[in-house]
Amino acid sequence: MTALQKKSENPIAHLTPEDIEQLGVELDAIRQDILDSRGERDAAYIRKVIGVQRKMELGSRAVLLASAFPPAWIVGTAGLSVAKILENMEIGHNILHGQWDWMRDPKIHSTTWEWDMATPAKQWQHSHNELHHTYTNVIGKDNDLGYGIMRVDEDQPWHPFFLVQPLWNFINACFFEYGIAAYDLELGANIKRKKTKDPEFKARVSQVLKKIRKQATKDYVVHPALSLPTGSFLPTLAANFTANVVRNLWSHSIIMCGHFPEGVETFEKRSIEGETRGEWYVRQMLGSANISGSRAMHIMSGNLSHQIEHHLFPDLPSNRYAEIAPKVKDLFDKYDLNYHAAPFPKQVASAWHKVVRLSLPNGWLATTNAKNAVPQLKMLYKMTTGGPKLRRAAQARLNQQARRAEAA
Amino acid sequence: MSISVTPRASGATASPVRARGRSLRDGLRRVAEAAVTPLQLDDVLDVFHPLRAGAELRGRIVAVHPETADSATLVIRPGRDWAGHVPGQYVRVGVDVDGVRLWRTYSLTHGPRADRCISITVKGIPDGVVSNHLVHRVRAGQMIHLGQAEGDFVLPDPMPGKLLLVTAGSGITPVIGMLRNLFSRAVPFEADIVLLHSALSRSEVIFGEELRRYAAQGRLRLVELHTDVHGMLDVADLDEIVPDLAERTTYACGPVGLLDALEEHHTGRGLPLHIERFRTATVVTGEGGTLTFSRSGAVVEADGATPILDAAESAGVLMPSGCRMGVCFGCVLPLREGAVRDLRNGQLTVAAPGDGVIIQTCISAAAGACDIDN
Repeated sequence: MTALQKKSENPIAHLTPEDIEQLGVELDAIRQDILDSRGERDAAYIRKVIGVQRKMELGSRAVLLASAFPPAWIVGTAGLSVAKILENMEIGHNILHGQWDWMRDPKIHSTTWEWDMATPAKQWQHSHNELHHTYTNVIGKDNDLGYGIMRVDEDQPWHPFFLVQPLWNFINACFFEYGIAAYDLELGANIKRKKTKDPEFKARVSQVLKKIRKQATKDYVVHPALSLPTGSFLPTLAANFTANVVRNLWSHSIIMCGHFPEGVETFEKRSIEGETRGEWYVRQMLGSANISGSRAMHIMSGNLSHQIEHHLFPDLPSNRYAEIAPKVKDLFDKYDLNYHAAPFPKQVASAWHKVVRLSLPNGWLATTNAKNAVPQLKMLYKMTTGGPKLRRAAQARLNQQARRAEAA
Repeated sequence: MSISVTPRASGATASPVRARGRSLRDGLRRVAEAAVTPLQLDDVLDVFHPLRAGAELRGRIVAVHPETADSATLVIRPGRDWAGHVPGQYVRVGVDVDGVRLWRTYSLTHGPRADRCISITVKGIPDGVVSNHLVHRVRAGQMIHLGQAEGDFVLPDPMPGKLLLVTAGSGITPVIGMLRNLFSRAVPFEADIVLLHSALSRSEVIFGEELRRYAAQGRLRLVELHTDVHGMLDVADLDEIVPDLAERTTYACGPVGLLDALEEHHTGRGLPLHIERFRTATVVTGEGGTLTFSRSGAVVEADGATPILDAAESAGVLMPSGCRMGVCFGCVLPLREGAVRDLRNGQLTVAAPGDGVIIQTCISAAAGACDIDN
């Protein structure tokens, strides 16, 4: 991936400023259609999802009270995993976006909702709604690009440290909720800038720790203790841990599919100076990718399978994204832009491919095959153990090889 | 007026046994809260028993009785925490109309009832989103949100011997509650009551049949004025209609014009008068307006093209903010009262007092005077 502005073939070069503004007007009209027809049906939808989720969670936890009995463990763990996914994705994420604020129901409102996650809702809203959604895929501004721990762009110089990034990414996926909490705290940056003594930062840390303690007490103390009468303390603890990990892996995968697959564009910081509404829309269109699939897939992903529609209209009710998707796609076709959509396994594989590719020096993966594997590995070893000078020289050679391979 | 509220378990008088019982209950509750976090236990209990004690106050509609072509009485079973009321008081009712929670106030039209239900009678007003929804669309079994009873438009104790009740249109609603309560007392009640009621026509008289029955039974003297035949009620005619006006205490409820005229008339003559003004939900809208920030006390003049966020910030008010483009909801604040326009599509949002509608200040401009909670 290279920032769109540096590409030899800029995918928006064919659009005039007037085209871009017209595109904005047409997208506004799609949004207005939904606002005009938003009503009872939508309210009933979110209340139903919340009702089903609560009953499913309570039911699963009730079953887990006897989790020493293996079938109960399996049923309860599966149910709890699904309930936690629903709670985070279709319910929490979307309510915290203000998608349901129009109902004026103080119980289902972005200012009052709290979710089953390590990170407190308020902190996530800042880093997600404000930073990620405003600066989507802008290198250096949008920390969702690699969460500050990964190399996500060819232009970032390669360092041996990045070799472990697939492992990092996997660990981050397993404990995603804690990763998100650290990321919302901008933990790394604050440590680097020696700002950990800052009272405002300390207050936020203590909010996170309090939230984590409450979450952990629920999953790893209270519910296991309630299962003691059937001798199910440890099985329930394991079930809750499993459900959390399943939920983490799932949400991490869905989120990777939204902005990471190969072909999704990134943008340079200066490109957004004085950005118009139309240009902002175009950035959202090219910086997001959809997952095609069934209705169940859409609901379980919190309709982030319609990542493009969600990024264009983050405050529209999630149940309406499917309805506007064909209209949005028509606009992509009309303005000759690439509507990035693929089934879940393909998007996950593509995103992981990118993580692996960028963990290696530019061009290494592309120029390596079964025949030259040994010399290539030798070179990689040298680049890993050698100094910056050696790395630069080896990189120049790799670039040359890659160019030659492309020409051939 | 007083509402008797029995305080729940007071600490000073509790016996050690009860104290232990309570601490056990508190302990269990704490465990339950820890088990359902980040939800509150109440959120979970609401799924099963929304009318229990301790829940946010709600009510289930038990029956809907049409009164006239455009009015209906809703009989509501309130939640266990309903603190009771005195006839003549009103209640705030929150109802979801096309998915949006809207609040209005309505007079309670019964005294305390044996079945613990309460009732309100609603007249559909032209373009009235909530009133027409309540009259024509709600069905028995649906839930609504409630406030506690409020208002001091109630009969004193002891009662004055001679009463004049002046009502017009739906102004009869608080008064019918008083009358029903008086007439259902176990000890027969002796009072000299004149009810002067004005309505558009005979068929428009809400509770017409019931009022005429009371008159026939000699419980009150009923004077009906039908605008289509008799014209509007003129306060100058009061002496003629009620010759002993000077001996009576007047209770009045109806349109603003009538109440203003009565107030002027009675003050001029030094006559006792109690009036109930229905809160008007209309907010004057226009382009721009005065922003009042109720917590900081700041007052800012804003035009109709500048986002409230920008107007307030340039006047030095500390405001929460975020993306400044309507995406992140980081700038939202409750609009206590007033009207704002969405600068993206011109949509008007109106908040009546008590509504507390949450607005995005970065894309909303004032469309009238606004009282903002910040």
